[in-house]
Amino acid sequence: MTPVSISIAASIASLLLLLVVLELIRGRRLKERYALLWLVTGTVLLVLSIWRGALNTIAGWLGVSGYPPAILFAAAILFIIVVLLHYSTVLSKLADQNTLLAQRIALLEQRVIAREGAGNGMPLASQQDDEHER
Amino acid sequence: MRTERVIAVVPAYNEQGAIGAIVDEIRAFDASFDVVVIDDGSTDATATVAAEHGAAVVTLPFNLGIGGAVQTGFKYALEHGYELAVRLDGDGQHDPAELPKLLAPVERGEADIVTGSRFAGGALAYRPPLARRIGITWFAKLVSLLTRQRVTDTTSGFQALNRKGIALFADDYPSDYPEVEATILVFKHRLRLAEVPVQMREREHGESSITFLRSVYYMFKVTLALLVAMVRKSTVPADEASRA
Repeated sequence: MTPVSISIAASIASLLLLLVVLELIRGRRLKERYALLWLVTGTVLLVLSIWRGALNTIAGWLGVSGYPPAILFAAAILFIIVVLLHYSTVLSKLADQNTLLAQRIALLEQRVIAREGAGNGMPLASQQDDEHER
Repeated sequence: MRTERVIAVVPAYNEQGAIGAIVDEIRAFDASFDVVVIDDGSTDATATVAAEHGAAVVTLPFNLGIGGAVQTGFKYALEHGYELAVRLDGDGQHDPAELPKLLAPVERGEADIVTGSRFAGGALAYRPPLARRIGITWFAKLVSLLTRQRVTDTTSGFQALNRKGIALFADDYPSDYPEVEATILVFKHRLRLAEVPVQMREREHGESSITFLRSVYYMFKVTLALLVAMVRKSTVPADEASRA
């Protein structure tokens, strides 16, 4: 069986997590898109902490009825992995967009300088190319 | 006299010592070639020197790495309507005198992308250190297997491309060790790739001391990238007409 003290501590921790997430959303410091996963994580952990019967049952299914709080750890770790994986995809997308922006800016800057024909000793040839295109 | 407009794309990172000579050499080789130097966030005078020697200069706001820089060059070529592009590295290892060999198959319409290979011609003077040679052989064999076409030099960035090749690379180009992966990309998009034997010059400066451990890491990483590239969904290059 799950010790009562663990249930209480885990409930308080999950509740705190949920409150922090909600406060961050309220203060616009966390976009809803990224908050959703955290809200699900907090809710699942809270439910498993308060509902001791469910925790014991699940522990029985998975063969860890000797120490049901292990399910809490497992759930927490699972959600952390999901959140991290999600971050990796977000990061990859941002990196791609960052590259695209840098290239766009550089190409536009070259056009501006070529058009102004000033500074940087830009060749006449490339200026004419630019004129030709327009 | 060729009728197509040709652009030479030269990626450069902190090459103020070499870039001027390369731009001059390309223009001396064929004065009708336009040259664009992609300054990949250099901290030295690369951009200024290149511009003084008559190249158009695209300066990236920060260092993107070779793949991002090269891709910028192809985007420039696409947007400015060039029919042919050649790519030479900013460190001077690619000799413009070899350009006719690269351009010939493209101009004859036999290939979309032609790579200058240090090994295609059989026994050449170029003998890289052992660790490098193992890596080069490994990738040549692996890429040949994956693309079902004999490829001898997968790390060469000495290339000539037609409009199709330019459009593909402008749209999608790998980042880290791009040449190896780009070969797969070309294959998956069913563009015609050809190799011609060329001589390359020794790097005058820059690091040639790739340690054994780094070679192993590099081989592992690029092999993984190759396999990923084979199964990855490919993007569709935007139609040329829709961009113009």
